[in-house]
Amino acid sequence: MLSTAHLTMKFGGLTAVSDLNLEIRKNEIVGLIGPNGAGKTTAFNVITGMYYPTEGKVLFKGRDITGLKPHSITALGIARTFQNIRLFKEMSVLENVLVACHMSINTGIFGATLHLPGYRSRESEARRFSMELLEKVGLVHLAYEKGTSLPYGQQRRLEIVRALATKPKILLLDEPAAGMNPQESRELMDFIRKIRDEFDLTIFLIEHHMQVVMGVCEHMYVLDYGVTIAHGDPASIQKNPKVIEAYLGVD
Amino acid sequence: MTLSLLFQHIVNALSLGSLYALIAIGYTMVYGILRLINFAHGDVFMLGAYVAFYGITLVSLPWWAALLVSIAFTALFGIGLERVAYKPLRDSPRISIMISAIGASFLLESLAVLIFGGRPKGVPVPDVLSKVIHFGSVSMITISLIIPLFTFALLGVLVWIVNKTKTGMAMRAVSTDIEAARLMAVDVNKVVSFTFGIGSLLAAFGGIMWSFKYPQLNPLMGMMPGLKCFIAAVIGGIGSIGGAVMGGFLLGIIEIMIVAFLPTLSGYRDAFAFILLIVVLLVKPTGLLGKRQAEKV
Amino acid sequence: MIMKATTGKQPFALTRNRLLTIIALAAFAVLAIIANSFFDAFTLRVFNMCAIYIVLALSLNLLNGFTGLFSLGHAGFMAVGAYVCALLTMTPELKEMNYFLVPIVPWLRNITIPFLPAILIAGLASAFVGFLIGAPVLRLRDDYLAIATLGFGEIIRVLITNAQPITNGAQGLKGLPRYATTFSVWVAAGLVTLFMVLLMRSSYGRAMKAVRDDELAAEAMGINVFRVKVTSFTVSSFLAGVGGALLGHMITTIDPKMFTFMLTFNILLIVVLGGIGSISGSVISAIVVTILMEALRFLDEPMNLIFFKTEGLPGLRMVVFSILLMVMVIYRQRGLMGNKEFSWDMLQGLFVKKGRKGGDHV
Repeated sequence: MLSTAHLTMKFGGLTAVSDLNLEIRKNEIVGLIGPNGAGKTTAFNVITGMYYPTEGKVLFKGRDITGLKPHSITALGIARTFQNIRLFKEMSVLENVLVACHMSINTGIFGATLHLPGYRSRESEARRFSMELLEKVGLVHLAYEKGTSLPYGQQRRLEIVRALATKPKILLLDEPAAGMNPQESRELMDFIRKIRDEFDLTIFLIEHHMQVVMGVCEHMYVLDYGVTIAHGDPASIQKNPKVIEAYLGVD
Repeated sequence: MTLSLLFQHIVNALSLGSLYALIAIGYTMVYGILRLINFAHGDVFMLGAYVAFYGITLVSLPWWAALLVSIAFTALFGIGLERVAYKPLRDSPRISIMISAIGASFLLESLAVLIFGGRPKGVPVPDVLSKVIHFGSVSMITISLIIPLFTFALLGVLVWIVNKTKTGMAMRAVSTDIEAARLMAVDVNKVVSFTFGIGSLLAAFGGIMWSFKYPQLNPLMGMMPGLKCFIAAVIGGIGSIGGAVMGGFLLGIIEIMIVAFLPTLSGYRDAFAFILLIVVLLVKPTGLLGKRQAEKV
Repeated sequence: MIMKATTGKQPFALTRNRLLTIIALAAFAVLAIIANSFFDAFTLRVFNMCAIYIVLALSLNLLNGFTGLFSLGHAGFMAVGAYVCALLTMTPELKEMNYFLVPIVPWLRNITIPFLPAILIAGLASAFVGFLIGAPVLRLRDDYLAIATLGFGEIIRVLITNAQPITNGAQGLKGLPRYATTFSVWVAAGLVTLFMVLLMRSSYGRAMKAVRDDELAAEAMGINVFRVKVTSFTVSSFLAGVGGALLGHMITTIDPKMFTFMLTFNILLIVVLGGIGSISGSVISAIVVTILMEALRFLDEPMNLIFFKTEGLPGLRMVVFSILLMVMVIYRQRGLMGNKEFSWDMLQGLFVKKGRKGGDHV
């Protein structure tokens, strides 16, 4: 579904990502792990079009999407969340999700402002869809609360749901378990598995705590200073000496 | 164009360039540290000129004493301004602090109209500065020579401060990364105050020299030069003192050259600075000597 | 004026809030008619200026408050609108009287069209200029955007001052037909307000607010951020042009010195005081500030307070306003309304304690 070929990202003299070759198949849950500063978020940013890679290509369903603008990439079916939750601060929970539906409403400014019938039907459809999504994750009772007033764990869920509202084929999650205790992380991982099954998704996630993702990823890539030092299934990764060295006792 | 006239134009260009450079430095230093466009800086320039004026006319000070008093007063004023108008907003969205700066600028201008009166005042230029000296067939006013000389002297001192003293190092640290500097036990408040103090001092000096060269004061005299000098700072690379100096001189020289060689376009003299700004912003936003600033995602 | 979100199809329900809004609007219409007939010319003018400043404040708030773009060149777009409308509505005789230094260019001389098409064309002209300027300039970061737009505002003004055969340069245009009647300005204000309300409650308005709140996240959620910015800029310029045209035809004189940064500042003041991101805030603030500006004119005149007499203090008015702006931005950054809208519930809440709800639920 998603793959990269010799993806390299340099910032001046600093090589953040070096020769990254990913291959993610449909419905897989794939992990990108590595110590802090390894270049994982940078890889995400290149894939989603925020940076133009110094070298290499990004391919989605066989098509070269290198260099496309982020909103076009989202329209093609790749959605993402952010390491430090980027909710829309002044908007309610429902509005946050509705923003992600703007793509599908797509009637141009005049149709929207005049509330023409074509717009109205799409808008109510979007609302119904959003409320449904919120219901599925148990946030619907908070629909009119301000997004940032929610407790941290629910904010994370909201961000994920917002990304889901763009109707993606693949979901990129950047450290979704950050700031959570082991119990919460486990619940989150169950949640991720559930949405993968329910929405027929492929999931690619970044995490720097290995234990968290061991149970949920089917396949993992390990990055250290931008270089891929290992990839494979969780069991072999855990035993890989290079991986252990890179983490050097850090859990 | 005679040699004499050409020479005069060159000297004028250097004078104007120096004045612009002095003011542009204040903008660039403040922006480098606080990421703030200090709209009120042009009005500080105006304030310096007026204080010196009143020193000479009301208190009958000799011009050099009035100058010293004025730059000291204005430096303190600049520090006070920061404390009142900008410090409370340091953690607020940038738009708020920009609005405060605009508000401060208009406040100063309207206070000036209120206190000093809106009508232009003639400046009694001291004789030693308005003397005309001759080099063979070329003649010019002393002030036009003194301005670049003093400016270079001041710049020399400034460069020494920034590069060779501890305070200067603190300034450079804060402008690179304010959080890191704080963690390194740099007293950020002191550094900010010091920066505003120096910037205001230079602007006041520039204002006083300006009033000797173009001896007419009015409360809005700082507006255009203020805008142009900010543009100069941006062109040179905002955040870089060398860039501000370069930008200031560039702008001053080009402006005089337009007046000299393309007199029909003189009406567009002010617009030219803005056109140059737009061009630079579109082609190389970081300016001639500026550095890129990336945002972490 | 905010109504609860309705999901699904429902007949137009005459809720208490809607009823209150209709009554309020009707009362205001009656007030306007009374004002038109009975106020003296000066008071009527102040009353009508409120409407014009509502239009202008909303046009700036769309850009600053709702899309998060800090533009300082607003006066430039107003100037474009004012001049285009003036040149289209002036008769050839009027033009000849004005252009006594340098005659007007021939192709402009004989164009005279009615007010409504003229003002629409003026708005479109401003929108066009806005589009031309916006496309390159909106790629810049906020503070650079502010300075670049300020620069463009000044450039427009200088161009107008120097294009003698077209604009009559520094002399300006006098004797413009007073097309800005009580009816036309308040209808304009009403239409613009309605437009803003509808826009902000639509998906496009949400997209703009998303761009304001977090550009990167908005882009990641599929919003073409650049296109939203340009659209917002263009629409804002259109409204500014309309406002400028109304202003010109109310004061009946326009010249380049009217459209300086000072004018932009005045409108910015209104927007900040009312609350960046609040439509009702801008409306209320426009009315209050316009009236206050006139009412405080006495500060510039000699005053006879009970205890002492003061001489006229010109400039005091602006001092007061500048202080007001700074105090507001330092201590109550959100302005009067913050980014919430006025609602009857809110008014009721001032008198009766109610529970709190978050967000700006649309």
